[in-house]
This record gives sequence, structure tokens and C-alpha cells, in this order.
Amino acid sequence: MSEAEVLFQVEHVTRRYKLARTRLLGPRREVTAVDDVSFTLRRGETLGVVGESGSGKTTLMKLLLGLERPDEGRVTYSGVRLTREVQVVFQDPASALDPRMRVADIILEPVRVMRLPGDRQKRVEELLDAVGLPRDSAHRYPHEFSGGQRQRIAIARALAPHPRVLIGDEPVSALDVSVRAQILNLLEDLRVGFDLTLVLVAHDLSVVRHMCDRVLVMSRGAIVEEGPTREIFRAPQNPYTRLLLDSIPRLKNRRAAST
Amino acid sequence: MADALGVEDLHVLVGGVEAVRGVSFALEAGSRTGLIGESGSGKTLTALGLMGLLPDGISATGRVLYKGRDLLSLADEEFCELRGDRLAMIFQEPMTALNPVMRIGDQVAEPLMVHRHMGRQEALAAAMQILQRVHIADAAEKMRAYPHQLSGGQRQRAMIAMAMACSPDILVADEPTTALDVTVQAQILRLLDELVNEQGATLLLITHDLPVVASTCDHVLVMYGGKIVETGTVAQVFDRPRHPYTRALLDAIPPLDEELPDRHLRAIPGSVAGLGQFPPGCPFRNRCPTADGKCVEMPPVARVGDHLAACWHPVGGEP
Repeated sequence: MSEAEVLFQVEHVTRRYKLARTRLLGPRREVTAVDDVSFTLRRGETLGVVGESGSGKTTLMKLLLGLERPDEGRVTYSGVRLTREVQVVFQDPASALDPRMRVADIILEPVRVMRLPGDRQKRVEELLDAVGLPRDSAHRYPHEFSGGQRQRIAIARALAPHPRVLIGDEPVSALDVSVRAQILNLLEDLRVGFDLTLVLVAHDLSVVRHMCDRVLVMSRGAIVEEGPTREIFRAPQNPYTRLLLDSIPRLKNRRAAST
Repeated sequence: MADALGVEDLHVLVGGVEAVRGVSFALEAGSRTGLIGESGSGKTLTALGLMGLLPDGISATGRVLYKGRDLLSLADEEFCELRGDRLAMIFQEPMTALNPVMRIGDQVAEPLMVHRHMGRQEALAAAMQILQRVHIADAAEKMRAYPHQLSGGQRQRAMIAMAMACSPDILVADEPTTALDVTVQAQILRLLDELVNEQGATLLLITHDLPVVASTCDHVLVMYGGKIVETGTVAQVFDRPRHPYTRALLDAIPPLDEELPDRHLRAIPGSVAGLGQFPPGCPFRNRCPTADGKCVEMPPVARVGDHLAACWHPVGGEP
């Protein structure tokens, strides 16, 4: 895997935000959302980014998408056109899809905005097939679909411009437990089928362990541990990683019977 | 052991549609029971129904037996006397339960003044002790804080303090840790466990999260489509599930402690139906691998092996 082409090179990236003023005449305090973060993303990898609220994982995702600029350091994308080649799927498909648009228009929006060539009608059918939705979905509206199906629509939209990197920002957290596995299986099939590099931002460590080869553990803006998923889950080195892993409720860890 | 609470044939109607369709169970005194369900399973309406907290326009029928009385037949004032005293509830989002314009100390003191008839000073002193008990750092300072000044975990602790102030017999917790980070979740679950132990309360924990139930509860109820489909001890249900839905749920969770041959999970086909759109008969039959013609009739909750399940074709065969 180390031979594979480098897609993202993140070097000593820091991103700070100014907080709202708490006193009229006082200075605006700053918070460092991402603090001197460096890592490499190679083609074909599945990278998990885990951390709790405030860890900086969402800011890191925005830096990769080019939606945020670093205050210090550099994010280098080695592909041709980042806005086309790096796509994202968000947590809540209900709020990510325009309720007034038909599915075909939602899916084609990036193609239209970026003026990509090709037969659009055919592209919609390909994408609906790829995400396992019936073709007649094209003319329906998002509210006619279940949560899992709406996430499929969002994934189809992300795939429309032929991305190389797909970023999932908590892509199954808002879904019913009985539907999550379908979407995880779909992401895995698409990853293999379309040769995608996958970045999965998630707080659910079991999802990351299942899906990812490599993990970044973030805490307070910094990467506190990084490595192959198996090794990190088997023998975490950092105390925070250990706390995180110990905190996961497990099916096999039963409370001692009280009666 | 005696039952602390009995629920008999509870139905909850939402706009003429039955969302909870005849649910019966008993909570053994001192037990911790996990009520597992997805969206639309009726788990939250079951909890609100037995607490007498259903909003206007949603009605419950059936019986909820507590100390020989049917709570559903009580007058509002009588139910109010019990609620917050003998029966308490905590919610997923503390901001919906806490009063945003009232100081934390006053909110925790309130049930003591109402139910224990304490004076304000006495109640505030007791509230301070309870806040310390739930491990709120700087309890004296937090007494004077408003809910928005607390972190999510602290707010959840404050709500638990309110609920536990009068040492209730029954504590109903509806997704109490779902909105929290995993390390805070672990702290809150540990705290609930300690308090329930200390006070000898009976816990009903409502959640969609099976591992949370496994690590917190001794008994489990599995709901789907407004019905209880399986119930038993945690070991019985999780180690040898008999209902295909429970089996499928357990299989669909990415395992933490074992390796799968590849990155494919055994997914459950289809999606959870909307309110009133579950198929007649067994609500799971349109997603079930073993359903057949017989399943158009709702199977009764019956003994299968060492516990109860509602299925014509239970996993692992007949008893």
C-alpha cells in the first residue's frame, strides 16, 4: 500500500477560529480547531478519523474538501480538480437533500454545476443502479423515501462527478440500526467497484474498525495516535485512545448479574 | 422477586393509528430492563404512556400496575403526586426536560419541595448534596448556573439529579446517552448504575443501542412495529436470540471483538415502516428471511426454549 500514489498531503496544518465575544470590550478569544496536523492519504486507502465532539475531525474534513483554508501549514491535493474529485456524504440525508427537487435533479446537480459532459439521463440510471435504487426513483421527491434510501440518493449525488475520494461524515449515524449495515455494505461495494479512496469520519468506533485500514485518533485538534486499525484496536498506545476504546459498550461485556 | 411495575395490554393511539399495539411486561423490583427498538417501534410512546406523559391527542389504553393501583386510571393530580417522586424519567435531550430560565439548584430542589414538603433552604442544601453525588464538579457554582451554561454531560447529570432527588422506585431513561460522546456515555451509564444500585430503584432503559443494553441491563425487551417480539434475560436474548428480528439486528452490528471474513455485514433488507404502515400480522414479516403464509397472523408471545418470543418460526426451531 505504501507504493500507492499520494492523493492528499497534509503538512503541519493549523486552523483557528475566533469565538464570539463574551465581553463587549474584551478581546475575541480563539480556539484552535486543528492543531499542527500532518498525515498522508494514499490512493485506495480507507482512512477512519475518530474523535469526540470538539476533537477537530469536522474541521479536518472541511480542510480536505477545500471548504476551509489552513491558517498555517499546507493541504496539497495531487489530483486534477479537487472540487470534482473529492466528494462528501453527510450524516443526515433529510437535511442534505432539497425537498423541492426531484431525485434526478438532486443527483445531477454537481454534474450540472460543474458542466460535466455526458448523457445525463443515462448517468442518472447508472447511479441509481449503483446505489441500489429503482430507476423510477428519478422522478420522485426525497420525502417519498426512507432514511436509508435518502442516504443512497446522497451517495448517488456524491458519485455523479466520478470522484476519486469519497468522504463520509458520520454517514450511518442518523440511520436505523437495521438499515446501517446496508449502507456500510453499499459503501464498501462502491469503494471497490469505483476504485474510491474512502475517508470515514465517525464517532462510532465499531464502524471505523469494520470499514477502515488505517485510523487517525483526534483529540483537541491534534492527532494523538495514528496507525493500522487492527493494531490500534488491539494495542492502543496513547492514553486517550485507550480511554476511548475502553468506553465503548460491548455486546460481550455484560454487567455482573445482580439477582 | 415481586414486580415493581406491571404493564398489561398497553395500546397507544396516535391520530387514530395504533403505534403501540398491545404491550405487556413486568419489571422485577430492582431489575434493569433494556427496551430495545428502532424508530417507529413504539418504545418511546410505551415509556411516555406508562409515565402518563403522552402529549395531547395521543391516548393510551390498558393497565399500568404500580403497588396495586392502575396508573392509567388515576386522576391527573394523583399521577402528578407519584411522578417525580416514586416514578421518574430522564430524556435523551436534557434541554427539553430542564427549564432554561431556572437555575440548576432550584430545579433539583423543586421535586424535594413538592413531594417532600421541604422548605426552600433545606431543599437547596439537599440539592447541593445530590449534585455532588452525581459528580458535578464545582456543585456550589453549578447550583447557580442556568442549563445553557453546562456542557451536555453536565446537563445530563443535572437531569439525573432531578430524577433521583426523591429516590424513585422506578426510573425510566429514554436514550439517556444517545446524544453524548462515547467517553461521557460511559461515565453516565456508570453513574446510573451506581445510583440505581444505591437507591434500589428499578430501571427501564430505552435505547436503540444493543451494546448499551448488554453492558447495563439484566433483562431485555425487543420491540418492533409496536409489539414486543422477544423478551428474556440479556444472556438468553443476546446469546441465543429466538426472534429473527433480534437475530438479524445482532448480525448487522459491526463486531468489535472478532474478525469478519470480509467487509460485508449481514444486512437486514428493506427499511422500518412508517407509523401505521407495518404489514398486518407479524410486523417484521416483509423483512424476515423465514416468513411464510402463516405470518399474516400475529404470533402470540410464547415460550421458546428458556425465554419468550413472538414468532411462528423461531430461530433454532421449536422448544
